[in-house]
Amino acid sequence: MPTLTYRDALNQALREEMQRDPDVFLMGEEVGVYQGAYKVSRGLLDEFGPMRVVDTPITELGFAGVGVGAAMVGLRPVVEFMTWNFALLAIDQLVNNAAKMRYMSNGQVGVPAVFRGPGGAALQLAAQHSQAFESYYAHIPGLKVVMPATPSDAKGLLKSAIRDDNPVVFIEGEMLYNVKGEVPEGEHIIPLGKADVKRPGGDVTIVCHSKTVSVALRAAEQLAADQVEAEVLDLRTIRPLDEEAVVSSATRTHRVVVAEEGWPFAGVGAQVVDLIQREAFDELDAPVLRVTGADVPMPYNKQLERAAKVDAGKIVAAVHEVLYK
Amino acid sequence: MATKVVMEALSPTMEEGRLVEWKKGEGESVAVGDVLAEVETDKAVMELVARAGGTLLKQVVPAGTTVPVSQLVALIGEPGEQVPAETNGKETTAKPKGPAEAPAAQPTPDENRPTSMPPAPPAEPRPAPSPSGRQPVPAPKPSQPGGRVKASPLARRIAEERGIDLSSVSGTGPEGRVVLRDLETAGATPAAAISRAMPRTGDGAPYTDTPLTQIRKTIAKRLVQSIGPVPTFYLTSEVDMERVWDAREALKTLGDGPKVSFNDIIIKAVASALRQHPACNAWWQDDHIRYWNEVHVSMAVAVEEGLITPVIRHTDLKTLREIAAETQDLAARARERRLRPEEYTGGTFSVSNLGMLDIVEFTAIINPPETGIIAVGRIAQVPVAHEGAMTIRRRMRLTMSCDHRVIDGATGARFLQTLKAMLENPLAIVY
Repeated sequence: MPTLTYRDALNQALREEMQRDPDVFLMGEEVGVYQGAYKVSRGLLDEFGPMRVVDTPITELGFAGVGVGAAMVGLRPVVEFMTWNFALLAIDQLVNNAAKMRYMSNGQVGVPAVFRGPGGAALQLAAQHSQAFESYYAHIPGLKVVMPATPSDAKGLLKSAIRDDNPVVFIEGEMLYNVKGEVPEGEHIIPLGKADVKRPGGDVTIVCHSKTVSVALRAAEQLAADQVEAEVLDLRTIRPLDEEAVVSSATRTHRVVVAEEGWPFAGVGAQVVDLIQREAFDELDAPVLRVTGADVPMPYNKQLERAAKVDAGKIVAAVHEVLYK
Repeated sequence: MATKVVMEALSPTMEEGRLVEWKKGEGESVAVGDVLAEVETDKAVMELVARAGGTLLKQVVPAGTTVPVSQLVALIGEPGEQVPAETNGKETTAKPKGPAEAPAAQPTPDENRPTSMPPAPPAEPRPAPSPSGRQPVPAPKPSQPGGRVKASPLARRIAEERGIDLSSVSGTGPEGRVVLRDLETAGATPAAAISRAMPRTGDGAPYTDTPLTQIRKTIAKRLVQSIGPVPTFYLTSEVDMERVWDAREALKTLGDGPKVSFNDIIIKAVASALRQHPACNAWWQDDHIRYWNEVHVSMAVAVEEGLITPVIRHTDLKTLREIAAETQDLAARARERRLRPEEYTGGTFSVSNLGMLDIVEFTAIINPPETGIIAVGRIAQVPVAHEGAMTIRRRMRLTMSCDHRVIDGATGARFLQTLKAMLENPLAIVY
């Protein structure tokens, strides 16, 4: 199986889907001539031409609206945001149009669009460019929210997202673009709404997604040295949430830590905790703990930024707490 | 100046209250009307409400303590205010009371009380803080009488499944929370013990002492005033004995082993039913109830100068054949007055049978500290309506005497119902 970077896995998914379906097109800032701010769209302009790889002005609200409209008349747009921080400008199109259209047209008009780009913090990009917004979009009925953590998942989930008949918010990890991993060739499809056990274990479950998956795996390594077998459960899709996978893992391990990059208040982890206490109450041997980004605007200062982010040490500490160690 | 908070009379008949749980911690700010603590009265669990605002300076008594009405329980004042040294519980409100019952969980008075302090009236012992004003408040241990047992949901479920009493397990989680691993080390569980060879030895507790709740205290006090030291009531049930009769006839044809009497079968059924109704397998211990996890049935035996009740130990774990052999031996030696004391003490429930003397039904007297006894009448053929027709059936009356301080009417009735069902379907005894 070929080893690809996360960015090239996304590129492969885009290329294959554009080859397969002439209605699929890519649109966004710098996606064409510059081949993408993160080079996800490398080579696509040459292969598919400017009708299907469209460079837009710096107008997030505008081109997101064009994407919604194109989807309404039968195309399958993939709208790239340079980052989800900039997509705040376009949130009206996502929430009020993309998410509502099928409902308000009584099922007559769907919006089969994918909105994608990197989310979360990278390194020292400061408060306005280091934000994890998945809980914003997961809050909205009518939107699906997908967050791959590995190159293989990136390809398989993006292909599913493009084929989905509903608007999908597809949040990539800026720090993940260079991560390498084996990626199946060709028709590699991962259904939306299916979580994945990235590492099995019986003592505690660490629920995570996107960038926190690799952090949780590092934490699990450290814990294994301490004879603690942690199960790392990657949600992959935030909405629809794979409730069965979460409850089943919690039922097996009886102790759960939920890690996420975003802020604690009303975060994705809060939803996971709600699910577990409702569906697995009698299986819990300890309160479910959350590890989140600090409840502050992301500091620019390097040391403070490190302190504000989720790291393996924080997850290990939370695991020890739920194990009463 | 700090405002004193005293135990209030939260019901008209309340003389003392058990402080179940503090709702405000020391140093926490308190507004008028805030709930300071939950208090169990003789009737219910009520809220003790702040009558003054400020900061809760001090919890004078720990959670779990039973406190007479009007005794000091807390101080409210300004943040950082010095707690007066004499927080010894001098009443601020009302009426000095007559000698109240000494609270069960009183800390022992401090010998080093400052001399400036007026000695507390002996009739009303109170918790005395150490001179610093900081009373060492014992951490609420889960096994402490009365305190709510903290346990994880998983531990609660597993404990229920295995029949482990959580209050007998010491928790190692935060604040003494019982967690799964504590159950794994809790040793022999009753359920596991039954399946193991008897008699049970080792670390499984033979009984569980349960502190008296206020309502149980009130029931005990009132009933004893009414009817005597053991407030007894009686429940009678009639049992169809046809199937036991047939079963016994069938056993006879086996031709080996001891002859099994009806009384042996009843004793075995009583033991099996007690296993299902542990609430009836208990001792009244004045200040608590001892719920036995083992079943030892006493059997009343008439002897020349009176009566004696030898005990069949671990009755529930023995086969009918073993019980028959043992009852014959015990009865014979009882008549010869050759029983050792340990052979006629320690029963948890009694069976008395006058059926062989043609008694239809009677009431037996409870043998304290046991709290229940079954009086067995004769088995007689009587006309009864059976399956829609008048027919002649072998019937027997059972009358259970219950100590109402421990066994309530419905509790005893449910036990009797199980016993009747077992005797009418004898295989249920070993089911």
